[in-house]
Amino acid sequence: MSIIYFLIGCSVLLALIFLGAFFWAQRHGQHDDLYTPSVRILLDDEPIEEDKK
Amino acid sequence: MRSTLRMKDSRILEKLHCYHCGNDCEEEFAGPDEKVFCCNGCREVYSILSQSGLSNYYTFNKHPGATKDKLSPRFDYLKEPDIAKDLIDYADDKFTIVTFYIPAIHCSSCIWLLEHLNKLDPAIHYSRVDFLRKQVNIRFDNNITNLHSVVALLDSIGYEPLISLQDVIKKQTVGSKDNLVKKIAVAGFCFGNVMLLSFPEYLGISHYEQSFRYFFGLLNLAFCVPIVAYCGIDYFRSAWANLKNRILNIDFPLALGIAVLFLRTAFEILSHNGSGFADTCCGLVFFLLIGKFVQRKTYYHLSFERDYRSFFPVAVQVTDENGAERSVSLADIKVGQRILIRNNEIIPADAILLKGDARIDFSFVTGESLPVNKVLGEVIYAGGRQTGEAIELEVVKPVSQSYLTRLWNNEAFTLTRQNRTKTFSETISKYFTIVLLAVAFGSLFFWLPTDFHRALSAFTAVLIIACPCALALSTPFTMSAALSILDKNLFYLKNTAVVEQLAHIDTIVFDKTGTITVAGADRIILHGDVTAYQKQLIYSVCANSGHPLSRLICQYWEGTQRLGTSSYFETPGKGITATIDNHLVDVGSRLFIKGGFQSKSNTDTTEVHLRIDRQYIGFFSIKQQYRDGLEIINSLGKTYNIYLLSGDHGHEREALSGMFNPDLMFFEKSPQDKLDFIKNQQERGRKVMMIGDGLNDAGALKQSDLGIAITDNVNNFSPGSDAILDGRALSRLPQFFKFSKDTLRVVYGSFCISLSYNLVGLSYAVSGKLSPLIAAILMPLSTVTIISFTSIATHLAAKRRKLR
Repeated sequence: MSIIYFLIGCSVLLALIFLGAFFWAQRHGQHDDLYTPSVRILLDDEPIEEDKK
Repeated sequence: MRSTLRMKDSRILEKLHCYHCGNDCEEEFAGPDEKVFCCNGCREVYSILSQSGLSNYYTFNKHPGATKDKLSPRFDYLKEPDIAKDLIDYADDKFTIVTFYIPAIHCSSCIWLLEHLNKLDPAIHYSRVDFLRKQVNIRFDNNITNLHSVVALLDSIGYEPLISLQDVIKKQTVGSKDNLVKKIAVAGFCFGNVMLLSFPEYLGISHYEQSFRYFFGLLNLAFCVPIVAYCGIDYFRSAWANLKNRILNIDFPLALGIAVLFLRTAFEILSHNGSGFADTCCGLVFFLLIGKFVQRKTYYHLSFERDYRSFFPVAVQVTDENGAERSVSLADIKVGQRILIRNNEIIPADAILLKGDARIDFSFVTGESLPVNKVLGEVIYAGGRQTGEAIELEVVKPVSQSYLTRLWNNEAFTLTRQNRTKTFSETISKYFTIVLLAVAFGSLFFWLPTDFHRALSAFTAVLIIACPCALALSTPFTMSAALSILDKNLFYLKNTAVVEQLAHIDTIVFDKTGTITVAGADRIILHGDVTAYQKQLIYSVCANSGHPLSRLICQYWEGTQRLGTSSYFETPGKGITATIDNHLVDVGSRLFIKGGFQSKSNTDTTEVHLRIDRQYIGFFSIKQQYRDGLEIINSLGKTYNIYLLSGDHGHEREALSGMFNPDLMFFEKSPQDKLDFIKNQQERGRKVMMIGDGLNDAGALKQSDLGIAITDNVNNFSPGSDAILDGRALSRLPQFFKFSKDTLRVVYGSFCISLSYNLVGLSYAVSGKLSPLIAAILMPLSTVTIISFTSIATHLAAKRRKLR
């Protein structure tokens, strides 16, 4: 059962990595604007030719 | 070139909306590609965009533009390096990065266009929109272009940046960085791990696995260290600070709870005596931080702290002795300098009029709704807006000592408010803490003579179980739910405490100009035919008079040639008789012109009748532009004391007497008078709410218990206040009042719930036999109950009050 020590160590380490990733994202402003990217992704870059009547 | 649209076929007839902004086209401007525009400005924006291959702008949304009817302000001052320096975020010898606040951002087309600025100007390398903050971040090559041309480009496509001295929006973004999110992340991380490690303990650990128990315990304790030392440290600081000021607030029992939880956990684990309360400790801090996060609602696009600086221009044109003009930032304006103020520009400092025809609109400063004529040599106070031709002035006082600015030096602006009513949780937590300590010490002394260990255990258990976690959460969750409901109803509160303030109000003070009236030029209608010559005659008569109605008529016929008056006689309250070019002109009320009885006057229209050479010509009907939904004032009057304070002269007294008690209307009040009035009411023990819009109300808004700035466009300037109310939502004011009282009841209700949980827990705790499992279940359970109860009850209350 001493494998538990190792497994718990792994799980805590993994969780710490995620926590670090969150901190990194926070510091780099990834959570500053939570709305605009959701609109931006729907906009096409290529000009759509407007249908002439 | 202006050209009216020829009706080529019926298809165009239907299209009377401007292709760019969607406004109704009163006068059509034909553009390229058979598009119709409401004004030249919109057409120009369209041609710029279509020539640059950006007509996609019009495909994402119908009529995405904002009307460009108005003349663009001048951005010359941006060429001054000193002024530009303050506005840019970062600059080196290659790039400049700048962030603009653009109120016109409102749809996905805006995002798309502003992020394709590169197509319009290749020197712009990068532009990113933050939609909620209505900001655009631009990086451009400063060797090819400059700040001035970038701003001019933005303006030319209809996105004029709002550049003001007080860049509030930027300050806000910096101000809100206090690691709360990081603390929540750490607390969540620890809470999750501790829960996982505590689980075996609850399920029971068999004898041969005892070594794990100690290992898990130590790990739990390790996770508790950051919880107490990092996440929960603010509670200790706040409790200590309050204790030093002899205040018992809710942070004290919370800090005590956290400390006791940690110490007992550490003791039990290190002494192999038990498993401790690590999970409760982590959960408590985690939930508390969540509550704190919920409470902090931010409106990125609104600012409640604006002062006169955001109203004033950034710079002003100064002419030197040689007649050369240059832009000078406001702070550098010196007494004796000659400044040039163009149409629609604001006079930033008290100054003497040197040249030009000054017609100054002081509505924002004094509340007087009509422009005032000033003669050469007269002192014009800062804050007035020139309407008409450009004028030249000589500064007599620096900006910081001008009339308007001095208002901000009043103590109401410097003192942090002490007169606020205590919130419910502030009041209750004082008694709560006392009772809690009494119970804790009571159980300590009860067991002490018999069983020392049990006494200590009961003492700590009481402090743990009665830790007012649910109580601390009930107010933030209820109030933030209320806040988001009010927000949907166009009523924006500065913070959650304002909801409670709203419930305690008993006196409401209204401002007049801009608050219950709205400015509008189209409120005057002429009935009857008037020849050009007659028009000239009437204009000339009215031009002599200072009466607001005469002023309105002059404004209506602005630009008419004025004739000399040979005789002039004004009967106050009735009308004017004057002789011009041997014509006898009478202008006045129905009674004055036609004689007989005054017919039953309609309260929302005033009539001005006209007679030339004893012959009746016709009349003007002037509609009072009151806001919609003012009936509420009558209904509010039954339960609240309602006052009207106006900087205006009392010429609308009669029209307003339908809404306000004539004895409670006060006119010709200066900003200082308004402030003093509010103070006076407060000294009589009343809780005063002030509703105003202009700078002239700023003092009163600040002094009042609850200052509401009313505005037609929430992105426009509004003075510092506790809440911003969209003009359209004014009619819902009584509902807002009732709703705020409901929310308070929800808080009371949730307090009772949390108290009953506490009582259940206490019954275990005082006996000294609190198992960690019960604590671990009770704490999250009460929290979840409180959160769901408050949000459901608040939304039900909103439904009952017919709020969206």
